[in-house]
Amino acid sequence: MIVMEDIHKAFGSNRVLRGMNLNIETGTSMVIIGGSGTGKSVALKCILGLVTPDKGRILVDGQDASKGDRDAFLARFGMLFQGAALFDSLPVWQNVAFRLLRGSLKRPKAEAYEIAVEKLRRVGLKPDVAERFPAELSGGMQKRVGLARAIAADPEIIFFDEPTTGLDPIMSGVINELIREIVTEMGATAMTITHDMSSVRAIADNVAMLHDGVIQWTGPVAEMDHSGDPYLEQFINGRAEGPIEAVR
Amino acid sequence: MSSEGLSLNPLALLAALGRWAISAVAAVGRMAIFAFGAISHILRPPFYWREIGNAFLNIGWLSLPVVALTAIFTGGALALQIYAGGARFSAEAVVPQIVAIGMVRELGPVLVGLMIAARVTSSIAAEIATMKVTEQIDALVTLSTHPMKYLIAPRVLAGIVTVPLLVGIGDIVGIAGGYAVAVYSLDFNSATYLKNTVNFLESLDVISSLVKGCAFGLIATLMGCFYGMNSGRGAQGVGRATKGSVEAAAILILAANFLLTGVFFSV
Ligand SMILES: Nc1ncnc2c1ncn2[C@@H]1O[C@H](COP(=O)(O)OP(=O)(O)OP(=O)(O)O)[C@@H](O)[C@H]1O
Ligand SMILES: [Mg+2]
Repeated sequence: MIVMEDIHKAFGSNRVLRGMNLNIETGTSMVIIGGSGTGKSVALKCILGLVTPDKGRILVDGQDASKGDRDAFLARFGMLFQGAALFDSLPVWQNVAFRLLRGSLKRPKAEAYEIAVEKLRRVGLKPDVAERFPAELSGGMQKRVGLARAIAADPEIIFFDEPTTGLDPIMSGVINELIREIVTEMGATAMTITHDMSSVRAIADNVAMLHDGVIQWTGPVAEMDHSGDPYLEQFINGRAEGPIEAVR
Repeated sequence: MSSEGLSLNPLALLAALGRWAISAVAAVGRMAIFAFGAISHILRPPFYWREIGNAFLNIGWLSLPVVALTAIFTGGALALQIYAGGARFSAEAVVPQIVAIGMVRELGPVLVGLMIAARVTSSIAAEIATMKVTEQIDALVTLSTHPMKYLIAPRVLAGIVTVPLLVGIGDIVGIAGGYAVAVYSLDFNSATYLKNTVNFLESLDVISSLVKGCAFGLIATLMGCFYGMNSGRGAQGVGRATKGSVEAAAILILAANFLLTGVFFSV
């Protein structure tokens, strides 16, 4: 279980997170929604320790995430970055199999290659992509390679930062199903950021909405449509009018 | 000078000076911590051999043409200058000795160091800054790979090892440039020129040259890595990091050269 307790984070005068509290049960799929620039990506990076919160505590299975063995901690995680963040000096398959080619999870090259090709297939990419370089791929393909890399070592906890942005509707469907499968079949804990409401319904067990640096609403996906929360309702219905100011 | 101007606001002046001093010391401190981190990662496993091989190739091998061209032209020009200058008091014969000492003690290390700052520091800074800006450094961390170990240690190691070699090659090529000019256009005797060069150089000259190479290699690669890792956001951040890294590397190389010359040659 992941617990975020009273997380604050500011960049200079820009106070992004202002006391965020959130619990994610093991083996469930949490989807975080919220306006652009509200700090969703920053929240994920806080859990991974890529951004250090100014205040607050993050517990993973009762352990303080900022203490203890970093390598062992990070080995449990997979992360898809919003911009894919592929290593452009390495071919696609070495990106996907990065963790399997070095460190504690190292295995023979041929085996790592096979796993990479298999993961690429799961995100809808053909084996011939494996030898190409990230810069030769389209944005949507890069995103999917990033996804394959996130799941390559079968992590227990996986973060997806906008996994379907930039994908066509069919491919979005494939990715939604994949995320669902990873949670139900492999029992992984998933935390997904998305702006795509059909993804939310396909992926989520629970939904949390981040607004003004705090979790405005959280609950099971089934209750999302009759939450009675004006912020959430405005957001999921995509209305310009409401409590959330849309600057025009 | 009116004492009023100063006495008006001595505290503000002092405060500004203090702030500047503190930020300068803090920057030096951050660089020192970074340098210790990098060096400690060079010594501790795991070693990423592929990365180390690539770094040696890029920093050492591929710098050879630039270094050789810089050295050969400098050595040639040096011979012409010493000949012309020496002729004023009929001391043309010192060309081999002064070319040798000038190249090995000063021009070889400094010019190679500066060329490495231009070629290697800038490319390291731009590459690492781009990786930082596109979250590749964050991705490395989440894949349980220490950026210090994977990106920085190999480059710094390659700098420390290959730059002295490049300096050695630069020294030889520079002397060869001087030799070519002297023998083919200034009518020096080839055998005498070589004999004078070899007899005149002392082992301390060569050692100082290589030690300078080591220091400059360390400075050039460290500055590239430091500015790259501390890059701001966006393309502008990458540009600033690159510019800052080359400036810092060039100035530190020249300052270190002055210090090392003092250490080796002040009696
Ligand atoms: N490293 C950083 N330095 C300074 N400011 C940052 C940094 N990272 C994020 N921010 C700021 O924090 C705020 C939240 O950024 P974040 O990337 O978390 O937004 P987001 O909710 O993921 O938005 P989107 O849906 O558009 O991806 C933004 O205002 C951003 O400018
Ligand atoms: Mg984001």
